Amino acid sequence: MSIYLNKDSKVIVQGITGGEGTKHTALMLKCGTQVVGGVNARKAGTTVTHKDADGNDVELPVFGSVKEAMAETGADVSVAFVPPTFTKDACIEAIDAGIGLLVVITEGVPVQDTAEVFAYLDGKSTRMIGPNCPGIITPGEALAGITPATISGSGPVGLVSKSGTLTYQMMFELRDYGFSTAIGIGGDPIVGTTHIDALEAFENDPDTKAIVMIGEIGGDAEERAADYIKDHVTKPVVGYVAGFTAPEGKTMGHAGAIVSGSSGTAQAKKDALEAVGVKVGKTPSETAQLMRDILQSM
Amino acid sequence: MEFQAKELFAKHDVPGTPGIVATTPAEARAAAEKLGVCVVKAQVKAGGRGKAGGVKLAKTPDEAEEHATAILGMEIKGLTVHRVLIAPAASIEEEYYFSFLLDRANRQYLCIASVEGGVEIEEVAKTNPDAVKQIPINPGTGVDEAKAREIVAEAGFPEALVEQAVTTVLNLWKVFVEEDATLVEVNPLARLEGDILEALDGKVSLDENAEFRHPDHAQFEDKDEADPLEAMAKEKNLNYVKLDGSVGIIGNGAGLVMSTLDVVAYAGEKHGGVKPANFLDIGGGASAQVMADGLHVILSDSQVKSVFVNVFGGITSCDAVANGIVGALEILGDEESKPLVVRLDGNNVEEGRRILNEANHPMVTLVDTMDGAADKAAELANA
Repeated sequence: MSIYLNKDSKVIVQGITGGEGTKHTALMLKCGTQVVGGVNARKAGTTVTHKDADGNDVELPVFGSVKEAMAETGADVSVAFVPPTFTKDACIEAIDAGIGLLVVITEGVPVQDTAEVFAYLDGKSTRMIGPNCPGIITPGEALAGITPATISGSGPVGLVSKSGTLTYQMMFELRDYGFSTAIGIGGDPIVGTTHIDALEAFENDPDTKAIVMIGEIGGDAEERAADYIKDHVTKPVVGYVAGFTAPEGKTMGHAGAIVSGSSGTAQAKKDALEAVGVKVGKTPSETAQLMRDILQSM
Repeated sequence: MEFQAKELFAKHDVPGTPGIVATTPAEARAAAEKLGVCVVKAQVKAGGRGKAGGVKLAKTPDEAEEHATAILGMEIKGLTVHRVLIAPAASIEEEYYFSFLLDRANRQYLCIASVEGGVEIEEVAKTNPDAVKQIPINPGTGVDEAKAREIVAEAGFPEALVEQAVTTVLNLWKVFVEEDATLVEVNPLARLEGDILEALDGKVSLDENAEFRHPDHAQFEDKDEADPLEAMAKEKNLNYVKLDGSVGIIGNGAGLVMSTLDVVAYAGEKHGGVKPANFLDIGGGASAQVMADGLHVILSDSQVKSVFVNVFGGITSCDAVANGIVGALEILGDEESKPLVVRLDGNNVEEGRRILNEANHPMVTLVDTMDGAADKAAELANA
């Protein structure tokens, strides 16, 4: 078991013929993901050739639309590697087609475009992850995104993180235990799936025994996640927050990582999490050790 | 800055007088001669300008010149004033507050409006929160005339101003949407003599991700306020923020770099309190040229005593990163004069470490873990 993504997921790639799309389609196939096709309106009717996990050639059809790709392949997951200029339209198209899971990797999407897409999701059947995220991996089963599949195998830990490289770092630290699912939700001010959404899904996933939650400065998503944990999460949660030494008011790479006043500081987030019983590590390695201690005592 | 916000207001027909920007006392005098009684206002990206003495009323051109002399060059919250705005003095009867902003928590937009006081809005929000109206806006449907009327009614604008307020709300919404803003704030929105509604001061925050739709926004970038090292980094397309310590930091991914700063600061507690000197995210690539550009910026910082390169090899595997570092050291040659601590982990780490060990550069120390490398870098900075 896992959350949102498993070995039966059928994945299409929006932007499969582009540079990033090509590179990551190959990596997703290599780790065993069922990538069944892609979308590029200008190259509809053509195919792209990749190798599957066993090294055999696979020819993937390129469709003119998400709707067509779903009808022909039975795809239920789409991963979007589309330039920021076209990301909004690509998302609307996938939502209209009724895709189950939409993972938006693209960095640099205007926040008003994301806000419109999020409003559009209301009442629809699609779950969106991202934008500006590494995506989601269920080790040993499937990858929808760009997380290196070789870092860690499957295991009892659920991981949710704003940051891509910290996701990788934490998977590396805890590769001795492994992960049910690791999800990078992205650091933009508005994202489709929040810490709370992932916590809820991990709480309901029988194979997830404990949860690591990684946050960073900016916004109040971690504080709200702490409130949620208090009332709704019974599994042990370990936290890590990056950005204790970040100066106020400076943007450090993620649009979301802007400290505004006292709320949004790493300290405020740590305090909020600790107040509801979440152990918070000072460094990634200390955080991993806190998780190891919990798993050993279970 | 205020004068830039006012340019955007004027572009979208928000009522107000943009005023005249002056960079010298003589220009301020000339502006005052045109405008009559006026206000001389410091132009910096910071609040509390009035309290800092950066806003003064000038009844005559002499006074305008005198105030400009005092204000130009003064520091407000660490920012040097390079420009003043000369704005016509208005006779204000009432002050209101109005803004559109991104509501991250609820993943929508929010309108905040209050007819109880403008500049003291934070005080009003504390003492009389009911007077500060918060009206959610659906990003899918936005603000049409009906929504604008709802906002104006909810805020409780006086009867005589309702029609002007509706038009102003619609025009401010145009500023928010058409300029891809994350904040459009008017404070104060004022009722002047004769029931005229005007935006007297304002602030607009623009979304950098939307620059591709707004080539004209490049003019708003503040070149003279940027730190010289930050300006150098920006030219090389590096994501760099100057800090105040002595351990230079290079890493990949914003989250990992922020985490690295923290780990170095903790390690520094044991080594004379040394602190990180900067934030620098070189992203996924880590090619020799990007690594060399990054090191060049960091080594140009005279406060830097040691450099910590912390890379997790994900998509770009560790051998490629190691080759990038070796290549960068070749490009830099003798410029690489400070000790470099490298921590590599992730895909193909053995090969990456082998490449660095083989290169055997005299300034490079390879450490296996992030905590250990931070400790070594802090120790070297304190030597």
